[in-house]
Amino acid sequence: MNRFGGAVFRLDRDNINTDEIIPARYLTENSKTALKPHLLEDLLIDGHRFDPHNQALHQARVLVSRKNFGCGSSREHAVWVLEVNDISVVIAESFARIFRQNMFNCGILAIELAAADIEQIFSLPEPLSATVDLEASCVRMISTAAGSTSHTSATFPFTLNEFDRQLIAAGGWLAFADERY
Amino acid sequence: MGKTIAEKIFAAHLRDRISDETMVLDIDVVLCHEITTPIAIMDLIEKGKDQVFDPSRIKAVIDHVSPPKDSKTATQAKILRDWARRHRIKDFFDIGANGVCHAIFPEKGFIRPGNTVIMGDSHTCTHGAFGAFAAGVGTTDLEVGIYKGVCSFRTPRTMKISLTGALPQGTTAKDVILAIIGRIGVNGATDRVIEFVGPVVDSMSMAARMTLCNMAIEAGGTCSICPPDRTTATYLWPFIQDQYASIDEAVADFAQWQADPDARYESEMTIDVSDLEPQVTFDYKPDQVKGVTEMAGTPVDQVYIGSCTNGRIEDLREAAVILKGRRIADSLRGIVVPATTEIYRQALAEGLLTTFLDSGFCVMNPSCGACLGMSAGVLAEGEVCASTTNRNFNGRMGKGGMVHLMSPLTAAATAVVGTIADPRPFLS
Repeated sequence: MNRFGGAVFRLDRDNINTDEIIPARYLTENSKTALKPHLLEDLLIDGHRFDPHNQALHQARVLVSRKNFGCGSSREHAVWVLEVNDISVVIAESFARIFRQNMFNCGILAIELAAADIEQIFSLPEPLSATVDLEASCVRMISTAAGSTSHTSATFPFTLNEFDRQLIAAGGWLAFADERY
Repeated sequence: MGKTIAEKIFAAHLRDRISDETMVLDIDVVLCHEITTPIAIMDLIEKGKDQVFDPSRIKAVIDHVSPPKDSKTATQAKILRDWARRHRIKDFFDIGANGVCHAIFPEKGFIRPGNTVIMGDSHTCTHGAFGAFAAGVGTTDLEVGIYKGVCSFRTPRTMKISLTGALPQGTTAKDVILAIIGRIGVNGATDRVIEFVGPVVDSMSMAARMTLCNMAIEAGGTCSICPPDRTTATYLWPFIQDQYASIDEAVADFAQWQADPDARYESEMTIDVSDLEPQVTFDYKPDQVKGVTEMAGTPVDQVYIGSCTNGRIEDLREAAVILKGRRIADSLRGIVVPATTEIYRQALAEGLLTTFLDSGFCVMNPSCGACLGMSAGVLAEGEVCASTTNRNFNGRMGKGGMVHLMSPLTAAATAVVGTIADPRPFLS
């Protein structure tokens, strides 16, 4: 099973779509690693182009965003580009169906938290890191800024449905289906 | 308690109930194209599982970049082509006989009421027009579909949208679905099946129903479904005449895939379309929609007519009504892409292609074309396209480009006027 957690990167926008996560012009690749340099290449935040070469993004292991993350295309490339950049957890208020299923099918985590929890995560001082306890179903956010106190960490319980949990344990849908059907 | 259409289809295809929330279904038809399938094939080969569950239930087409534009897309096509040959997948459509997946598969009669259908393409919801449960999936789901013939879904929750009144002249199925997405938002149907019912749906052609269902994903919907009826049976008749003695018999059989009168819906909405005006999107989300009168005059560099939403013969005929005897504005360029080889042939026979050419349009061969910025017809930085496609995300049709979604009628009027224009004055 994957280990989940690490440095957190926050994307403060609703409806981040799959074309922004990985533009269609890179769908001609037949290897996941070739996608690596193009993560979030066309993303707009507040109408401005986001800098995909951002150092903090490249150190991130966990992404946090707002509503309806991953809407649009069915392209699993949008999950693979996260995977090859060592991001194995996305936390958001909600996900588009296909994107969320693609995450669990790959054996990695899409965690939904309430709007107030997401708001709290956005208010914690940088830099931020997360640990995920799958057994206890909670994610702990720790602000690692100099002089941080216990006030700058917080724990958020989440729920995973039974099937998503089984997919994580099996390492993805192909392994699960191969065994069961 | 009665069942919705999706609940009936789920009950008939249930392979495994993992929990109350999750069901694994047997899949009737797995559709493939050369962008998301080759990587599934390569993974299956790598893992020593290069098998298909049933070659007669797998259909494949090369459509996104056809003919290939470079070595990489040629390789993608080759991987799919070689795989189809190796596994004797006879329903494989290559250059010269191909077309956009969601147009060619219905045209060949592959989708039937009550079917479960998956494809590694989000606009697979188009096939719900036939009373099927048809959902876009990622490559891993597709891979398992190809290999085992199953797919997992959350237990369906259905939204019922009743369309009442009568569509006014100049307003089409495309305008109806844009207005619905505008009302419910880009995640208004997430994890839900939309059941489209009512007199407006009943009077729609299959082409119009496909346009309506095509964009359910733009509201986050898993699938949208129209109740199968006489229109469905008549469309499918060339393909089902060996199974039924008459169209009446097919209609009676298809009725099993209609919702029960006491079916329970998660939500219900009624929309009277009688006063609806043609709709146009603005900005970068498909729920940012305005009436054409408000958008009129917006500058445009390119008009694009085609795609799985609006590249069917009916769409080309509508656009040609406005273009006949007129020239497109000098300030813009026009591109038309018949969705399939058969539609191309038909448009040629009916003189529609001559109308497009005479008006100044460039006619391209069947493919997904410029819709997702992968192939010919993409925009330059800062350019604007009036398009009959389904998605207007930032950079969709080329980095830095902007897309306004609209019907073929509105796109044709825009081409003639030179800025976004109301088609209705051209029709009166």
